[in-house]
Amino acid sequence: MYAQMVQSTGKGLQDRKEMSPEDQAFQDRIDRGEKIEPKDYMPDAYRKTLIRQIGQHAHSEIVGQLPEGNWITRAPTLERKANLLAKVQDEAGHGLYLYCAAETLGVSRDELVEMLHSERMKYSSIFNYPTLTWADMGAVGWLVDGAAIMNQVPLQRTSYGPYARAMVRICKEESFHQRQGYHIMIKMAKEGTADQKRMAQDALNRFWYPALMMFGPSDKESVHSAQSMAWKIKINTNDELRQKFVDETVPQAEFLGLTIPDENLRWNDETGHYEFSEPDWSEFFEVISGNGPCNVERLNARRKAWDDGAWVREAMLAHARKSQKRAQAAE
Amino acid sequence: MALENPLFEFLLRQGDNALVLGHRTSEWCGVAPILEEDIALANMALDLIGQTQMWLGYAGEVEGTGRSADDLAYLRDVYDFRNLLMLEVPNGDFGRTQMRQFLFDAFQVPWLTRLQDSRDTRIAEIAAKCVKEALYHLERSSQTVIALGDGTEDSNARMAEALTFLWPYSGEMFVDDATDQAMADAGVALLPSELRGPWLETVKAVAAEACLTLPDSDYAQKGGRTGFRHTEHLGHMLAVMQTLQRSYPGATW
Repeated sequence: MYAQMVQSTGKGLQDRKEMSPEDQAFQDRIDRGEKIEPKDYMPDAYRKTLIRQIGQHAHSEIVGQLPEGNWITRAPTLERKANLLAKVQDEAGHGLYLYCAAETLGVSRDELVEMLHSERMKYSSIFNYPTLTWADMGAVGWLVDGAAIMNQVPLQRTSYGPYARAMVRICKEESFHQRQGYHIMIKMAKEGTADQKRMAQDALNRFWYPALMMFGPSDKESVHSAQSMAWKIKINTNDELRQKFVDETVPQAEFLGLTIPDENLRWNDETGHYEFSEPDWSEFFEVISGNGPCNVERLNARRKAWDDGAWVREAMLAHARKSQKRAQAAE
Repeated sequence: MALENPLFEFLLRQGDNALVLGHRTSEWCGVAPILEEDIALANMALDLIGQTQMWLGYAGEVEGTGRSADDLAYLRDVYDFRNLLMLEVPNGDFGRTQMRQFLFDAFQVPWLTRLQDSRDTRIAEIAAKCVKEALYHLERSSQTVIALGDGTEDSNARMAEALTFLWPYSGEMFVDDATDQAMADAGVALLPSELRGPWLETVKAVAAEACLTLPDSDYAQKGGRTGFRHTEHLGHMLAVMQTLQRSYPGATW
């Protein structure tokens, strides 16, 4: 999940009796499963919550290029290098679709980028962890893209049309990424040398709990989640998605011969689900408030790229203006 | 010096150019000036890595000792690389990266176009695939060079600096040697020097639109495509690129 703890109104679920007639009609459309399109009426809070959510998702794709970009120059074969390049390129593309979806809500890409750089908007906590060995490229694809898919598949049915349509394209590519990541893990954990197996287990040890944190803290009582669910911009609770992720991932780890770093992990026959340990939520709150292992580096890398590229963007605009003038003069 | 296997040598030159430029381009991942350029640069790097696989794959077959494209990419040292020096020097800023791409593309397009007529059918086939990409690369890089040269005073100064820096490296593309002669005699390829004229025309036309003046020096830094003397930068690049293959010999990934 690339959007965590997205704030909505902060007032809990709005009572129908308190809604204006327009807002009631809007909620009725959502309840009927209709898609809301950019020019349709929407409550201001719906618009703002969506901007936060889509913006956070877009920023996650962009910052998410960095931990994997860290290994493109060291990919072990030409094919792996090409695969990883293609994956990171897809992520940049996802960022682009999502910024475009956000733009339909009346906020520009530059404004969103500025909010990221000034830390007024967040990106997923997962990208503040370092990628230390090649096995991390496997673990990121398998676990991080895997967790993202859990959230994004239902978002294809989200109430806001442009967001839902962006999600359809994104989901196709994400599931491909997850398979690629798992394939790296197979090569290392199942078929690899002793060193490769050790790297694979080490990567799982480091990424397991951060992956569980991607779904956000339990939102059973969250005032934001209830409203977002009523608006169908959030489809499942964080706990539902986390459970689904654990249930799907544990057998995959077993197949690889890897051990999930959780002594309390066990199958519960009655519930039909795995029981597992909660991640350390104090670590999560530290990471999202800026104290993760790579927060400073990630943001600085993005700011530096933006600042270093300023002359290019200015020159492109200046050239476009000059070309337009020349064309007009020639008419 | 007697030529042991000029065809192998020739193929390494093609493959190493694509590999080294592809690798350098991939260093831009995630830090380009604008999202569209992140995507475009990744595309370019992907094309070049794909070209590497074809050229070095064929080189391995021609050599006949069982080396794969990956073996050639990851297990040779500096003195066995045959790429142009221009492609191994660090990227510099975005402007220099684009200028280098343009100077190379302006050569690659006529070069690959002519290689499609090679008497070696494999080379002709590979060239036919690569030239489609090279045409697109040239279109993009020349437009970018024009935009940045024409853009602002600052961007024009940066592009002028990039051209001055790269110019002495560009001459290496046209220096024929015994390998080139052997390939020309066998009808495999043309002599690179034949393309200096058409290349210069392309470069002059783009420089004029980009409000840039070509340096008047003809001095050429060389030693990359013969492998005689690379820059210090290639060793560092290979240290990064080859780290896993070197650290874990025999592992498959």
